[in-house]
Amino acid sequence: MRETAAGARERPSRDWREIALDYGIYVILLAFVVVMALLSPNFLQARNLLNIAVQASTVAVIAAGTTMVILLAEIDLSVGSVAALAGAVTAGILELGPAAGLTGVGWVGLAILAGLAIGAALGAVNGALTVWGGIPSFIVTLGMLSVARGLTLLYTGGRPIFGLGDAFSRIAYGTIGPVPVPIVILVVLYTLAALFLHTTQLGRYVYAAGTNRRAVALAGVNVNRLKVGVFALAGTLAGLGGVLLTSRLDSAQPTAATGWELDVIAAVVLGGTSLYGGRGAVVKTLVGALLLQLISNGLNLLNVQAYWQQITKGGVILAALLFERALRRARGGSAM
Amino acid sequence: MPDPAIGPPSGAGEPPAAGTQPLLQMENIVKRFGGVLALDGVSLSVERGSVVGLVGDNGAGKSTLIKVVSGAHPPDGGTLRFDGARVRIASPRFAKEIGIETVYQDLALVDTIDAAGNIFLGREIVRFGAGPVKVLNKRRMQRSARELLGRLGLELPSSGTEVGMLSGGQRQSVAISRALYTRPKLVILDEPTSALAVTEARKVLELPRTLAAQGVSVIIISHTLQDVLDVTDRIVVLRKGRKVADLATRETSLEDLVTYIVGSERAKGAGYA
Repeated sequence: MRETAAGARERPSRDWREIALDYGIYVILLAFVVVMALLSPNFLQARNLLNIAVQASTVAVIAAGTTMVILLAEIDLSVGSVAALAGAVTAGILELGPAAGLTGVGWVGLAILAGLAIGAALGAVNGALTVWGGIPSFIVTLGMLSVARGLTLLYTGGRPIFGLGDAFSRIAYGTIGPVPVPIVILVVLYTLAALFLHTTQLGRYVYAAGTNRRAVALAGVNVNRLKVGVFALAGTLAGLGGVLLTSRLDSAQPTAATGWELDVIAAVVLGGTSLYGGRGAVVKTLVGALLLQLISNGLNLLNVQAYWQQITKGGVILAALLFERALRRARGGSAM
Repeated sequence: MPDPAIGPPSGAGEPPAAGTQPLLQMENIVKRFGGVLALDGVSLSVERGSVVGLVGDNGAGKSTLIKVVSGAHPPDGGTLRFDGARVRIASPRFAKEIGIETVYQDLALVDTIDAAGNIFLGREIVRFGAGPVKVLNKRRMQRSARELLGRLGLELPSSGTEVGMLSGGQRQSVAISRALYTRPKLVILDEPTSALAVTEARKVLELPRTLAAQGVSVIIISHTLQDVLDVTDRIVVLRKGRKVADLATRETSLEDLVTYIVGSERAKGAGYA
């Protein structure tokens, strides 16, 4: 757009801080890959890299939804438990199949849909309690973390569910051409999520409401409904993550995905999405999830004790947040 | 401000049957927040093409009153007639639909999106859609926003620049453009100059008269009483949730206003009047 009147400010030039905020994650990812390749000869093997991506896929699927929740300046701590419950429900239905002579792809599809529906329902409850119950989402989803885990334990009787059939395990272990199915799912999901956020009206409202909720409401947008919808979507994707995990483990474990909220939020934060809402890019969440998996994988290859991995993961999140805050503050403006 | 040329508003020009009635008539408006009576039976009318000033001390009820009109706080009691019909303004969306636009004191802009995004917030131009998923036509919004800002003679922020990076005057321009885009019948300006430098403020203060000349009614809230005296036809004074004066600006002095705002006894005691 042309600048007409005198005094109209020049478009602010992008200084190094903004560039660091925009591309830092890619540089860190690349640096990590280089260092690992030098330290461990096995690291750059295609099998190892594909493995990393497949291992990252469950957290990454869930993190796509959590990114949207965080863009709205809300949080979802319940995703790990919701994933476990969705996986258990799917497994429970699959387990019933053989006795009733139902083993086909249709039955598998139905079981998966049931898992996703459970995720959507619990997500919608999270959203409803947040916007209409007036409880901060931090507390609502902390409660849901406990409730969904309890429901999972009740449903499974505290025991794993096995015998889910070959068709179901192909979700995690099958390939389309040379590409593992989970990676195909990731690419499709993240493409859709990015298109949704950056090209659609609702996507714009997600960003806008995360920045200035009141302004969006005054513009006539039903922000409460939007939030409930996004929480439901995040629940659905948590359910999808749970289904993927169940397929990979070829069983539903009642304690599956415990503590995953940390990994998921770490992926989102590493990807540069602001915990204050309104800023971020979903594609970078995928990079964040890959980076987290790379870190664990690298520490494994280097024979670092597992306890250190926990410390590293937590430290990385805090470092990323401090880094982002320092850069935004130095740049000034209303960036947070 | 040069001629905004926003065209004849749909309500002006053709004198309707209700043409002799005021555009907005509020009677006995009551609004409570918990136990606090924010508006205690306020009546107010705004003629077509006139500028009405709303003044009063902090907490007098000015903001609450305009929020009743703009749909942000539906009233608890009283009646409201707009453009000849009795209405219940239950939401900001409904207010916009019947032709009431508001420029809020804090501008209600979304800092992380650009000028066009803010101007079209809530009424985006879409390319196509399936159910609730509608694909934005960013280019057309960009073009329309540029035309609109240009026609209003307002400073143009670069496209794509987040409004959080703009100056106070530019941000105000964006907020005003958004309000005028739909050719409203009534524009509410809430403290339009409070965040502006003096030269920017003078420009913004030309807006009410320009709009009135085109038949658009304006309600303006300001703490700067001289500004209110300069640009209004009538001034309504609120105190503690009640209307204490409804004055023709021509016959009103600054001293009169101060007296009504603070209450006559206190004004005398403090040596205002």
